[in-house]
Amino acid sequence: MATLLIAEHDNTNLNELTARALTAARAMQSPVTLLVAGSNCQAVAEQAAGLGGIERVLVADAPHLAQQAAEPMGALIAELAQDFQAVLAVASSTGKSVLPRAAALLDVMQVSEVTKIVSPDTFVRPIYAGNAIETIQSSDPIKVITIRSSAFEPAGQGDASAPIVAVPTPKTRHCRPLNARNWRRRTGPIWDRRASSFPGGGHSARRKHSTSSSNPSPPNSVPLSAHPAPPSTSGYAGNELQVGQTGKVVAPDLYIACGISGAIQHLAGMKDSRYIVAINKDADAPIFHVADYGLVGDLFEILPELESKL
Amino acid sequence: MKILVAVKRVVDPNVRVRVRPDGQGVELTNVKMAMNPFDEIAVEEALRLKEAGKAEEVVLVSIGPAQANETLRNGLAMGADRGIHVQTDARVEPLAVAKLLKAIAVEEAADLMFLGKQAIDDDANQTGQMLAALLGWAQGTFASRVELGEGRVSVTREVDGGLQTVSLKLPAVITTDLRLNEPRYASLPNIMKAKKKPIDVRTVESLGVDISPRHTVLSVTEPPARKAGTLVASVDELLDRLRNEAGVL
Ligand SMILES: Cc1cc2nc3c(=O)[nH]c(=O)nc-3n(C[C@H](O)[C@H](O)[C@H](O)COP(=O)(O)OP(=O)(O)OC[C@H]3O[C@@H](n4cnc5c(N)ncnc54)[C@H](O)[C@@H]3O)c2cc1C
Ligand SMILES: Cc1cc2nc3c(=O)[nH]c(=O)nc-3n(C[C@H](O)[C@H](O)[C@H](O)COP(=O)(O)OP(=O)(O)OC[C@H]3O[C@@H](n4cnc5c(N)ncnc54)[C@H](O)[C@@H]3O)c2cc1C
Repeated sequence: MATLLIAEHDNTNLNELTARALTAARAMQSPVTLLVAGSNCQAVAEQAAGLGGIERVLVADAPHLAQQAAEPMGALIAELAQDFQAVLAVASSTGKSVLPRAAALLDVMQVSEVTKIVSPDTFVRPIYAGNAIETIQSSDPIKVITIRSSAFEPAGQGDASAPIVAVPTPKTRHCRPLNARNWRRRTGPIWDRRASSFPGGGHSARRKHSTSSSNPSPPNSVPLSAHPAPPSTSGYAGNELQVGQTGKVVAPDLYIACGISGAIQHLAGMKDSRYIVAINKDADAPIFHVADYGLVGDLFEILPELESKL
Repeated sequence: MKILVAVKRVVDPNVRVRVRPDGQGVELTNVKMAMNPFDEIAVEEALRLKEAGKAEEVVLVSIGPAQANETLRNGLAMGADRGIHVQTDARVEPLAVAKLLKAIAVEEAADLMFLGKQAIDDDANQTGQMLAALLGWAQGTFASRVELGEGRVSVTREVDGGLQTVSLKLPAVITTDLRLNEPRYASLPNIMKAKKKPIDVRTVESLGVDISPRHTVLSVTEPPARKAGTLVASVDELLDRLRNEAGVL
């Protein structure tokens, strides 16, 4: 029995996180089928077909799937899943909304935010904001799993293109299609988990500058700012820029925590970074316990100096 | 309009949890417990709808051991009308929680259900979505704004790319994100009043739900510790170390 991997995409481009989830899917020790569900998403299917180690690409292309809403997506995946031993998706906001819905329709307990696949029925996942690591075994006939993408390396391109097969797209009966959907993209730095480095700015970083304007941008990096919860709650940055237990989980080569105290909820989102730099005026701030390099001082003096010397 | 809110008793978010020496879970004896922070936000939102005259009744549901009664009392002290306690000492996984909540939603003929987007202990982030699927209702996850209209509810969701607003047909399930509201503190008179509010204690059997777990916990371990780093004296030293020691610049 094969593994079904749900592609992460925006109807035009395949998101790179899919390649990371593919590495996890291959660890399930069975052929991998990729599902591209959306509207006018043929281009995505073609990109996906080039990924290495995929047996085929299923395309569910219909107007009611344009937003990948949880109601029709859950029903579609639950229907397709009958023929698979496992269904995987990235633990993105789409994956997190859609997959539990499919799991419930299949009467399966989902395994959330998996960081390691031990065997096709045994998985490792963090609990309690990453303060404990749980290994669980699932007895469900179909495994439904969301993948923490920062824990897996992206799979490469394949030699040949996998075949693309269209599948029917049933409309959900009991859920009315949603209307009046609209998107508001925020201006400013767009989140990118692939960034090799980025600075995180906390509560304090809003005083004089916005963190993004004082971002040092080392070579090979995407300039980004990542805020812990308080600036977000007070209107400084949205959830898409929040790092932590309930925000994004990132693991870049370099994470610079500027004026961040190091609350457990924040550490949960960045402590797997390769190198952590902490800049804080309080020498006793807990962030220094996890930082590789710490610099005690005022970030409004240190950041401009750092920027000028890069 | 009747609103049901699911509230879970979890370890207080300020407690640093420790893995038990037997490696089968985390230490929960003598640890401070509290209502899951996202559930406080859920209760607050339901109360605001009631206070705005858009809902008649706010009913809280908690599934868990005898002490979950305290969690319900906390929510009643915030202003909810009554509680339902499905009492069990068993391990109840999100799928089973969703099935129990479904049974109650049907019994109560609820129009709207609020849940937290995730519980801060298991970090599963799935109960609300599962509940919506089992009920065949629409779902609005990660809500940062909720507006109730005639037969519909508009929910602004915090998604990876920004904000997305969806209009859901009622009945619906909404899961709350951090930025939805700031939950109130219970006042002393309200804490006293809450002691008299009714809590209906139910058994799992009376709801006809099979809660046998699907997951077996094989082990729980400490995460790998980061080794303590060094303090540097200046920006120059920091840049030197990042370039020549870490090699990340
Ligand atoms: C349910 C729940 C979920 C949460 N989820 C998340 C989450 O996902 N992500 C998250 O980040 N948080 C989350 N939080 C919040 C978290 O608990 C902390 O409150 C938050 O991370 C603290 O942010 P901070 O470090 O910016 O602020 P503070 O803790 O206030 O620390 C500010 C720090 O900046 C330093 N400082 C101030 N001024 C300067 C200066 N001029 N120069 C240098 N240093 C300075 C101070 O010394 C201090 O250490 C959550 C909380 C709850 C209850
Ligand atoms: C006494 C006891 C011991 C347990 N021990 C373990 C253990 O050792 N290991 C283990 O893996 N699991 C254990 N569990 C099960 C674990 O608590 C369930 O997985 C949990 O109920 C659902 O997961 P979650 O809260 O992360 O779900 P999420 O999907 O993250 O929860 C989202 C929302 O669902 C609602 N919700 C969830 N649970 C409840 C509830 N019980 N009552 C009311 N609303 C709820 C809340 O609104 C919450 O904000 C135990 C449960 C109990 C009662």
